[in-house]
Amino acid sequence: MSHVNRREFIKLIGGTGSIIAGFGTLAACTKSASSSGRVIVVGGGFGGSTCAKYLNRFDPNLDITLIEPSKRFVTCPFSNAVLGDLRKIDAISHGYAAQTKRGVHMVSAKVTEVDASAKKIKLDTGKELNYDRLVLSPGIDFKWDRIEGMTADDANTIPHAWQGGTQTTLLQKQLTAMPDGGVFVIAPPGNPFRCPPGPYERVSLIANYFKKNKPKSKILVLDAKEKFSKQPLFMQGWEKLYPGMIEWVSGNSGGRVERIDVANRTLHTETGDTHKADVINFIPPQKAAPIVHTAGLTNNDGWCPVDQRSFESSIHPGVHIIGDASIAGKMPKSGFAANSQGKVCAAAIVTAIHGTTMPDPSYVNTCYSLVSPDYGISVAAVYRYSKEKGIYKVQGSGGVSPKDADAEFRQLEARYAAGWYDSITSDAFG
Amino acid sequence: MYRLFLPLMMLLMTSTNLAQAVEISRGMMLSNSCAACHGTDGKSPGAIPSIKGKSAEFITTSLKEFRAGTRSSTVMGRHAKGYSDEEIQLIADYFANIK
Repeated sequence: MSHVNRREFIKLIGGTGSIIAGFGTLAACTKSASSSGRVIVVGGGFGGSTCAKYLNRFDPNLDITLIEPSKRFVTCPFSNAVLGDLRKIDAISHGYAAQTKRGVHMVSAKVTEVDASAKKIKLDTGKELNYDRLVLSPGIDFKWDRIEGMTADDANTIPHAWQGGTQTTLLQKQLTAMPDGGVFVIAPPGNPFRCPPGPYERVSLIANYFKKNKPKSKILVLDAKEKFSKQPLFMQGWEKLYPGMIEWVSGNSGGRVERIDVANRTLHTETGDTHKADVINFIPPQKAAPIVHTAGLTNNDGWCPVDQRSFESSIHPGVHIIGDASIAGKMPKSGFAANSQGKVCAAAIVTAIHGTTMPDPSYVNTCYSLVSPDYGISVAAVYRYSKEKGIYKVQGSGGVSPKDADAEFRQLEARYAAGWYDSITSDAFG
Repeated sequence: MYRLFLPLMMLLMTSTNLAQAVEISRGMMLSNSCAACHGTDGKSPGAIPSIKGKSAEFITTSLKEFRAGTRSSTVMGRHAKGYSDEEIQLIADYFANIK
């Protein structure tokens, strides 16, 4: 190169004009010169936090911003253990120090607007941020209009406790204050909703708390559905551990709640029955979180249709939706599923930015539930993608724990449930 | 003048090429699924066994035995049934080679 003369050199770089133009361009996008792209992730739960971490693992040169208003994320998994007086809320709360340490920019704010065509978002602080790719992992919201007599504010009296944090603490306080011999009513929603086995684990761990502290109490489950996740396993466990304490009423047998009299703590069902309770946990029907509705990313059912291989919105290109808010084929709405989707989405974004090949996606889910502190059950599946079927379950894979398992097996699954929590929270937040 | 420009341009060209093409292997894609229970890179912080750095032979044998039901498990039999021999080999090679 030292032999290149002046004329040859200018030819090589396309003339002096382009040197200056080149410098101008470089100066204008200093960021993209040092990073391979700007990705904004919204929502620091299992989906968003995992996605930010794996984006960074796949490509350390990406400029990644994670937007989350809370300083600590309180998980829904194991919040039933808090309600059952087995764990403290601090044990299920996770910060973002590891994200900052790896170079992910943490922004404590709420997103108020998404401008998908201009590729920018607006925050409640008034600030605007530009992106090359946007990932939304905003979680759920509730369809309050589906229940008569109740508004979102009434959740301060009758908690849903379906988002971790103050709602969990409120329900726990009510359960602690309930007299022995009281009636606890839980009303799970129809499908689809976050964490399908969650309400039934909740019933189990509250029953475990009552058995120890308030043995004359009753639990009434007023369900909107005809059947529920791991039902035979849960019912087997309830019969064995909490005989006579739990009554489950299916939707068609009078389980569907139409109206709630908040002041009198009374539920009115579709069949005209009334149930007065000491503590009510009404879990409303659900839809995707407000931001995806504002951004016009939802379908008529209130969830986000996506390309299930990349989680890119079917409505707005460049925007990816993962976790509970997305429609992810056969995958359930769970923290585990969101974690799995976060990794696949990160891989799709990084390969798209670099123009490399996206390997066939592979997804997985396992939902552990505790029937008691030493009685665990699980459901698992491995998933793949095809253009025709979207995300489908690999035939022969997965399923639920065996019905005839012995006490040792249940104990081992309870141990692994806690081990799973340690692992997934370190994978997402560590 | 160009004696100064050339190295400068070379430097700038290199820095814009910092974003080298990032490849994600099939082995990595498949193995990332395992992290939710076995920890990131297979390093478990809790009750579930770590798989980081286990030999490829150990991992392939275990997964195939879980799949066949000849090795007892709680949930691993149900997971292993979701992977082919080739995929099991890719997963095993991935975890065996994590430093």
